[in-house]
Amino acid sequence: MGKAKINKKHIRLKKIIPIYLMLLPAMIYFFINNYLPMYGITIAFRKLNYKTGILNSPFNGFDNFRFLFASGNLGPIVRNTILYNLAFMVIGTIFPITVAILFNELRGKIAKKFYQTVLLLPYLISMVIVSYLVFAFLSADTGFLNKSIIEPLTGNTISFYQEKKYWPFILVFVQQWKSIGFGMVLYLSTILGISNEYYEAARVDGATKWQQIKCITLPFLKPTVITMTILSISKICSSDFGLFYQVPKNSGTLYSVTQTIDTYVYNALMNQNNIAMSSAASVLQAIIGLVLVLVCNGVIRKISKENAIF
Amino acid sequence: MSGIKSMEEKVVGVIAHVVMIILSVLAVAPFWLLVAGSLTENNVLTKSGYQFWPKQFSLEAYHYIIREWAQIGNAYAITIIVTVAGTICSLILVSMASYALAQNDIPGIRIVFLLILITMLFNGGVVSSYIIYTNVVNVKNTIFALLMPNLLLNGFNVILVRNYMQHSIPGELGEAAEIDGAGPFKIYLRIILPLSKPIMATVGLLTAVSYWNDWTNGLYYITDSKLYSIQLLLNQMNNNVQYLASHSELAGAGQNLPGISMRMAIAVVGILPIIILYPFFQKYFEKGITMGAVKG
Repeated sequence: MGKAKINKKHIRLKKIIPIYLMLLPAMIYFFINNYLPMYGITIAFRKLNYKTGILNSPFNGFDNFRFLFASGNLGPIVRNTILYNLAFMVIGTIFPITVAILFNELRGKIAKKFYQTVLLLPYLISMVIVSYLVFAFLSADTGFLNKSIIEPLTGNTISFYQEKKYWPFILVFVQQWKSIGFGMVLYLSTILGISNEYYEAARVDGATKWQQIKCITLPFLKPTVITMTILSISKICSSDFGLFYQVPKNSGTLYSVTQTIDTYVYNALMNQNNIAMSSAASVLQAIIGLVLVLVCNGVIRKISKENAIF
Repeated sequence: MSGIKSMEEKVVGVIAHVVMIILSVLAVAPFWLLVAGSLTENNVLTKSGYQFWPKQFSLEAYHYIIREWAQIGNAYAITIIVTVAGTICSLILVSMASYALAQNDIPGIRIVFLLILITMLFNGGVVSSYIIYTNVVNVKNTIFALLMPNLLLNGFNVILVRNYMQHSIPGELGEAAEIDGAGPFKIYLRIILPLSKPIMATVGLLTAVSYWNDWTNGLYYITDSKLYSIQLLLNQMNNNVQYLASHSELAGAGQNLPGISMRMAIAVVGILPIIILYPFFQKYFEKGITMGAVKG
């Protein structure tokens, strides 16, 4: 009896140790890449002292946050971050769903394959390249829009990179341009999962296409839309750094309409070397993000458990 | 009755095609403009702007790339090395960790799983990452700066692969091997890994694309131009042009900068591999999108 027990324990250890050894490299990475920066949050509560090193500087409570609030920078960047995200959320739901429904009406395999391939192309390209593409259209001296359309028609040129009023539209357009293929594939996978029987039954009853879309397709898309919306709400304080940094070319004159929390943190850290304010802003963003993820996940669990993240 | 319906279907079909054609043109046009720009004589481009058809065709920009291959080729090599090494390392780490996490009977494995889940919910933010990577793990101006921060491994991929190993590979296979005396590592290498090819292809592809396209790590951690990747080189050229534009007293220095058509040609070279390889990996890519969507 006793020997058998020891033997069993021995066998289990022979399995447990290799399993943990296999986990080790990944866990070391998560420790460096994710857990050490969590400790780094304390930077936001320290008064920077280069002699002792950043991570050993003395604590100063919430002073850095007070500076940040007093600087008046926070209002516009938070407003921009949230408003752009709301725009992306609304347009980024309606537009891809419309395209996915239309795509589903197409017959012909080759045409479908072609459209899908082409529409996904922008999604594969880095934001640096996107900024080159946008520049080719918008540049004041050489841009296609100025040189071939605006100047011949009006005799003037528009300095897009100096004029604030165009940028909310440009950024929303570029964001949609880049992500339409992704959104379409995403919603299409739900549409393709709807059983054909529903549509056949509807056709027998004489339902029009519009009625079929309204009464079958859209209700089936509802869970996906709810999940995606809640996910976007949980990320409402973060923004695509590339979109807001590269596409407006980090142009100072545009900051009031293009700067989001992420680009502000980058500029404060790397260009102004202002660790106090940038760390306060980035910690604030991380904590709001955590609260929103927890709340939103709770809501998803209530609505459809299988879509919850945890 | 049926005649009316088929009429309706035809109309919807036509509308769908028209919308898709418009969207396709919008998707491709910027790339066309970029390529056309790279094939235009630089002085003509500066004078009459970007055109969809080069006013004066010239291969000058591509000759420039060949002439300057020392720098551009180096950036290309860095991009390829980082993409290949990063993707391989990432796949090794992901698959080993996922296999281990799929062993529910091992004591403590659920705690490890929770530790990985936490990394998906909360992060220290950009500034603390930057401080850690420059002060604790000093990666500044080393190749590790392009490999390590954020791209190598994420909890989401681990969970994706683990779920696949748990649900799409029959557990009996591993158990049978265990009875035959095979250790966990042997089972992972001989049985689980070969059967995980589809998910590894999808995850590997998403990782490779994010390495190829990355420029943020370089922006934060690289100032040494020998370590510039293609994306970083393109970003740096952008910054230099802007810097000169805002400092007119330095106008003379601009002559060392590549002209517009040259920059466009470098951008073309930067996206070419992705566009060429894309049709081959499209299937896995779309799978990645729909899988990622379920648990984003």
